[in-house]
Amino acid sequence: MIMGEVKPFEEVMAIIEPYDDIVLAGCHGCVTVCRAGGEKEVQVLASTIRLARETAGRPIQIKEVTLERQCDPEYLETMRPYATDHQAVLSIACGAGVQFMAEHYMGLPVLPGINTSFIGVTERQGEWAERCQACGDCVLHLTGGICPVTRCSKSLFHGPCGGSSNGKCEIDKNVACGWQLIIDRLKSLNQLDNYRKLQSFKRWRTSRDGGPRRIVRKDLQE
Amino acid sequence: MVPCTGRVDEVMILKAFENGADGVMVVGCLEGDCHFVKGNLRAREKVRRAADLLAKAGLGEERARMYNLSAGEGAKFAAHVADMVEHVRGLGPSPINLVRAGAKASPTNVREG
Repeated sequence: MIMGEVKPFEEVMAIIEPYDDIVLAGCHGCVTVCRAGGEKEVQVLASTIRLARETAGRPIQIKEVTLERQCDPEYLETMRPYATDHQAVLSIACGAGVQFMAEHYMGLPVLPGINTSFIGVTERQGEWAERCQACGDCVLHLTGGICPVTRCSKSLFHGPCGGSSNGKCEIDKNVACGWQLIIDRLKSLNQLDNYRKLQSFKRWRTSRDGGPRRIVRKDLQE
Repeated sequence: MVPCTGRVDEVMILKAFENGADGVMVVGCLEGDCHFVKGNLRAREKVRRAADLLAKAGLGEERARMYNLSAGEGAKFAAHVADMVEHVRGLGPSPINLVRAGAKASPTNVREG
């Protein structure tokens, strides 16, 4: 899922400083799971903002809503009743949700309340870690289900670099060497032959190099 | 009252301050004695998070506190309440209440005529 972190409170306060009546919009999708932008986080942030603003002598009205998702037009439509009655939207969805909200309500300032971090997993309660960089050309079938783009700090494709030591990466002794993980896993799967196969160069054109990416499925279009 | 302090969350504490509280005390069972294993430990963490938010909002983190006792310790409960009341008296009114009191006393709110 897409992971995010709430922006520092001072930054949020600076972002909403010009406004006295806003909508605080959460999302029931990914950011609910990573505890950055769900219904509970909407309530907590709205309450904290109201306390801070009123204590500072400048009260603010906040309409609290949490959409099913902010990255789908039909759910964004549910915001329409509030779009004309408030000065701005503080969205605590991921960057995609914030942008789609802004596209959907052109006359309304849409402000980000969280920083979108990465595509990742919940390793344990309260701890999330990156697993995918959405490079667009998956090789997990060759690498034991461990991504060299994400798990290797240098995104190497042909084995570990000289900075791999005792299974750890040279950037941080707490970071596992992605290639050590891959080799260990291939061994356990009896697929070490995959490591010995020469791979062609990585097709980075499916990654971020070509500008904003798009998927078109004509069979699904109406 | 909630069946377990594990049900208490930051929103409840913050709302109490929005509604005019000068302090909030959360009283849970003794640590290590939770029927739901970790309810009171989670509550302590949530009270700590609420206190952090109160500090960021300018009300001061010391206005929210967690206490622990068993259900049979009536005298201890009374002592904790007295302690909290004394603590909050020492802090004085919540800054937001001072702002509200000032607004009420402001000449702009006095009707002329």
